[in-house]
Amino acid sequence: MIAAITDPWWAQTTLRVVGGLAAVLLVAGTLVYLHLFKLVSFMQSRLGPMEAGPFGSLQLLAEVGKFIQKEDIFPRKADRFVFAAAPFVVLMSTFLLVVVVPGGPDAWFVDSEIGIYLGMAVSSVSVIGILMAGWGSASKYSLLGGLRATGQLIAYELPLILAVLGVVIQAETMNMQGIVLAQAEGEIFGWGVIGNPYILTQGVAFLIFMVAMQAELTQTPFDMPIAESELVTGYMTEYSGMRFLLFFIGEFATAGVFSAIAAVLFLGGWYIPGIDPADNIMNVLGPIVLITKIVVLTFVVFWVRFTFPRFREDQLQKLAWKVLIPIALANIVVTGVLKVAF
Amino acid sequence: MTAISDREQLAYIAAQAADARVNVELETEGMTLNIGPQHPATHGTLRIVAKLDGEQVIAVDPIMGYMHRGYEKLAEVRTYPQVTTLINRIDWVGSFANEVPFILAAEKLMEVEAPPRAQWIRTILFEMSRIANISLFLGDMGLQVGAVTPAFFAFRDREHVLNQIEAATGGRFHPNFDRIGGLKDDLPAGWITETKRAMKKMRNFCDEIEGLLQGNEIFEARTRGIGVIPADVGLSYGLSGANIRASGVDWDTRRDNPGGLVHNELDWKVWTHVDGDSFARFWVRLQEVRESTKMVDQLLDGLPGGPIMAKVPRIIKVPAGEAYVETENPLGVMGYYVVSKGDLVPYRVKIRSASFNNISITPWLLKGVYVPDIITILGSLYFILGDIDR
Repeated sequence: MIAAITDPWWAQTTLRVVGGLAAVLLVAGTLVYLHLFKLVSFMQSRLGPMEAGPFGSLQLLAEVGKFIQKEDIFPRKADRFVFAAAPFVVLMSTFLLVVVVPGGPDAWFVDSEIGIYLGMAVSSVSVIGILMAGWGSASKYSLLGGLRATGQLIAYELPLILAVLGVVIQAETMNMQGIVLAQAEGEIFGWGVIGNPYILTQGVAFLIFMVAMQAELTQTPFDMPIAESELVTGYMTEYSGMRFLLFFIGEFATAGVFSAIAAVLFLGGWYIPGIDPADNIMNVLGPIVLITKIVVLTFVVFWVRFTFPRFREDQLQKLAWKVLIPIALANIVVTGVLKVAF
Repeated sequence: MTAISDREQLAYIAAQAADARVNVELETEGMTLNIGPQHPATHGTLRIVAKLDGEQVIAVDPIMGYMHRGYEKLAEVRTYPQVTTLINRIDWVGSFANEVPFILAAEKLMEVEAPPRAQWIRTILFEMSRIANISLFLGDMGLQVGAVTPAFFAFRDREHVLNQIEAATGGRFHPNFDRIGGLKDDLPAGWITETKRAMKKMRNFCDEIEGLLQGNEIFEARTRGIGVIPADVGLSYGLSGANIRASGVDWDTRRDNPGGLVHNELDWKVWTHVDGDSFARFWVRLQEVRESTKMVDQLLDGLPGGPIMAKVPRIIKVPAGEAYVETENPLGVMGYYVVSKGDLVPYRVKIRSASFNNISITPWLLKGVYVPDIITILGSLYFILGDIDR
């Protein structure tokens, strides 16, 4: 995108909007097909969609077509504006989050000095959308789901951010691009063939990040807000048609974007060991590398999702406050001490 | 003393009123959550009205009858062989087991006894319907606590048993195979080896479920110590089957009063658990499936020869009298109280179905639990709506 910087603002904006849409929708579509349709079917000894297109690959389009045709139902007592706006707020948080993820030395949306800080901040916006959906639906199941989601997302925001702090201390920057370069150029005790992906030195932070991410995405061990066997589908219960689709896209796109952030922070983002990170070829290879890492990380997310039962909400709060946060704090202290010592 | 101006006085009153309003608004009141009749957790049309304080349950009122089909009354206008078609549909995932106690009651009234081979095959199908029924529970229990995959495994592996039931009886769900004085048909060729293979697969399924759920920390956290039923409370509410065995009561009609079935000729064990919580109910059922597969294996090995039908008249007229027979069905004790006046049709049939009694404990049991635990406790009590409403 280095050419874009010299372009007029409208060209830059168009490029970024198109890039952002592609980064959110294509990734979400890939994840739905690969994981929700095929991986899960494999795990549950069934085939998944097979009719639409080769191996059901066009099933996504069919689903989107179905959802668009459906009636947009508002419950009679719904707070209409809040109800209508909620899915957009949730999706907005995803779109704001994707802008901080770099895909190559020049392939970035916003090269902010406070990139990860910005990302963590805008990711919290989705809580508001979920609470809006829970309140606006005028349904008890939705309200319970929305309130559970709020409590859970706030609780797990903390370990998420504290886990990120360890990386920030080690990389000495909050710039996402800087974090990638620090990993590409880093070395572990003088051994720097593959750089220093922070999963090696920040393994604890990586585990905490993945657990907290699972909770932020409200995926299964932490899907109390949706809990289809008791709250029907929680805050999404009353939604139909296009608005439900937006929630659905939001769920999978957020899974992709959070995995992208995890890939940048812990798996080295877009760099390939042995290729100079400033090389122009990385602008093409970088996004591919990143998407591969996203698929691997989301595979773990969905693997866990379809294997484990779910926590009760008091148990998951206990896990966040009594286990994850103390470990994350200890990790920060240890990282800080080692950073000064070496 | 300074005089208070009207304006100040009004402001003071307004402030007081605002405070009072805030106090009123902060007073939390309970919420009534209507779970069902259409709800993913209730396997049918059970409605549970839960009064909540936050997420805690204050009172629970199970409302049944949405699926009442009047089988007791319908049985009064059907001949004895026709009744089995109806009662097949009481517990629809373990159908054959429903027929057995009714047929046994009719046989008791007619004073006929099925030949040994028929009794053995009856017991085989009885235990196989238990396996088909409870294996579904094992997967469903995972679903109730949020794990989707075990349910698919359960549906996949239950098919092995259903295929065998279909091969023998012609019906996957509603065999309608039991006759007064014996059975409709003998077993088809090759059925015994196939069934043994299916039993092996079911034992593998049990191991799989054990690995997926029983050892899982989250599953244990969700079920251990949740929904504890002390033995005396359970007995006073009329619980039966695995629900009461999980509370440590060693009571199994198959062993204690097997009349008509051949369980007492087999080597098997009645499993009990001391805890009485959701986990114990799950665990006892898991062991029961294993025990049943072993029983079926033994029954297949020792299957006696001979006829499968005793001598009964073509048109069955049951002599006047009363009989009550109960058996240990997959869901618990099921009994039929049949009153005959010597007609082609029963004068009165009273059905004691297990789930109706098992569900009656819910107002006591669900008091004070959290909303998510309502679902796991109901799941662990394991009821079939047809068995509640008949």
